[in-house]
Amino acid sequence: MFKWLEKNLPKVVLTPAVGLIGWFVYGFILWTLYISFTNSKILPKYELWGVGQYTKLWASRKWLIAVDNLLIFTSLFLIICIVIGIILAIFLDQKIRAEGVLRTIYLYPMALSFIVTGTAWKWILNPTLGIQKLFIDMGFENFTFDWLVNREMAIYTIVIAGVWQSAGFVMALFLAGLRSIEDEIVKAAKIDGANLFTVYWKILIPMMRPVFFTSFVVLVHISIKSYDLIVALTQGGPGISTTMPALYMTQTAFHKSQVALSAASAMMMFMAVAAVIIPYLYSELRREHVS
Amino acid sequence: MSASISVSSYKKLEQKSKIKNILLRWFLYFVLILFASYFIFPLYVMVVTSLKTMEEIRQGTLLTWPSQLNFDSWAVAWGGRGYGAGDTFLRPYFWNSIKMVVPAVFFSTFIGAMTGYVLTKWRFKGDKWVFLFLLFGCFIPFQAILLPMARTLGVLGISNSILGLVVVHTVYGIPFTTLFFRNYYVSIPNELIKAARIDGAGFFKIFFKILLPISAPIIVVTVIWQFTQIWNDFLFGSTFSFGEAAPIQVALNNMVLSSTSVKEYNVDMASAIIAGIPTLIVYVLAGKYFIRGLTSGAVKG
Repeated sequence: MFKWLEKNLPKVVLTPAVGLIGWFVYGFILWTLYISFTNSKILPKYELWGVGQYTKLWASRKWLIAVDNLLIFTSLFLIICIVIGIILAIFLDQKIRAEGVLRTIYLYPMALSFIVTGTAWKWILNPTLGIQKLFIDMGFENFTFDWLVNREMAIYTIVIAGVWQSAGFVMALFLAGLRSIEDEIVKAAKIDGANLFTVYWKILIPMMRPVFFTSFVVLVHISIKSYDLIVALTQGGPGISTTMPALYMTQTAFHKSQVALSAASAMMMFMAVAAVIIPYLYSELRREHVS
Repeated sequence: MSASISVSSYKKLEQKSKIKNILLRWFLYFVLILFASYFIFPLYVMVVTSLKTMEEIRQGTLLTWPSQLNFDSWAVAWGGRGYGAGDTFLRPYFWNSIKMVVPAVFFSTFIGAMTGYVLTKWRFKGDKWVFLFLLFGCFIPFQAILLPMARTLGVLGISNSILGLVVVHTVYGIPFTTLFFRNYYVSIPNELIKAARIDGAGFFKIFFKILLPISAPIIVVTVIWQFTQIWNDFLFGSTFSFGEAAPIQVALNNMVLSSTSVKEYNVDMASAIIAGIPTLIVYVLAGKYFIRGLTSGAVKG
């Protein structure tokens, strides 16, 4: 017995992690998947009910709004974060004085919770006392800025706050990428007569492909999970105009007590994330093998 | 004659490129500072608003500096007014968060360190698959485990308790802590371990006497990462706790959303700063480690 333990000690030490993840991640996902094929309301029922929840989900106006919002948010969030991130990284890479201070400023929002961010932006975007009043008092008397309470525009306020929180992070990724490239390449190109713009546009940015890929995965991942920010900023309103899948999922489960329908929406989110993550993991592992 | 012409034209050219260069530098700094003000702006607004009276807030704009520094709203946010129904304030929830964060960070870091140790220094057939199995946990959207987790906590009798949140955060931290430690220990030469084994050191002795003393950097990275993630969590906190057991982010959100007769933006901002300050301090003090964690663990579920 003692001998066996000694021989298998490493595997014994591994059991808590493997057991916990096996149960709480894999087991739970399977449970959610199973429940999504039942007709559970408040309490789970284990009788299979077919794909009814999924047809119900995709016929629900609220879910379609949520998916629509997710597409709008993801594409804007992605493009704006990457553009700002690249510009800041390239500019900071020009032997800038006080680079450390600037970097700290660009990145500090990442240390705050989305609830804190949402609370701050909700106040800034306040339609009476916020930015609108700032501009009116500056002399733009007809300036209106009511996006937060405007059904059509409210989703863009979430983009503004989300970009504020995450753009600095993309900057950090690109800056690390730029710094890892040998100076020799840049020098050689300059000797060949290329100006700075050409060096970046033709040589450095194309070399950043892995960083683009990582940023893409991280940002899409953040946006699919977006929950806290919406709760703090708009609670999905006005009306249901800023609902997103994660908010739909919790509301359906805990306010509407439609457990199976909620599980179906969770599985849709799971599949969306998997579609982005699996190629990423695959390529990461292949890179690790090569190196 | 021709030589002097070329020298002067060269000088002219040099002059031109110098001016161009200076203009370019100005442009660079202009853009960088413009963005810096965009990032600083909300923090400035939060601080300034928290120091004003409501009267001043209504009269001035977001940017107006307070006529005098007024810390009343900070006191109200932290300790309440001391009267009236629905007098919610952050102090008890701040301690809830501390009581939740400390054990959860400790346990998840410890389990991650041991797991990373086994996966790199006691390799066995299929260890790569075990790592992949654990790594997958970094990427799942937590919505896919929310419903069964709520039920499990209920069955265990720890729903709506700090203990429940400690369990949740420990479990879902393991994939990240394992990832951090595994990647760190991979780079430590195996010869070190072999030599120790020849000297008769056992499994635990090697870990505690050899690896742990040189693990300080990765422990810092992991602890900061876990601390920030758990302190800032809202999804688990709001789903698995309410009322008195709620962590600070949930309490902040409830405070801001609760619509009493008059909205007090100064108290809201003071509350938001209080909820954000612990992670902000960690970031300012240990930014390097914070960023290292961020770039290696960013794809969080």
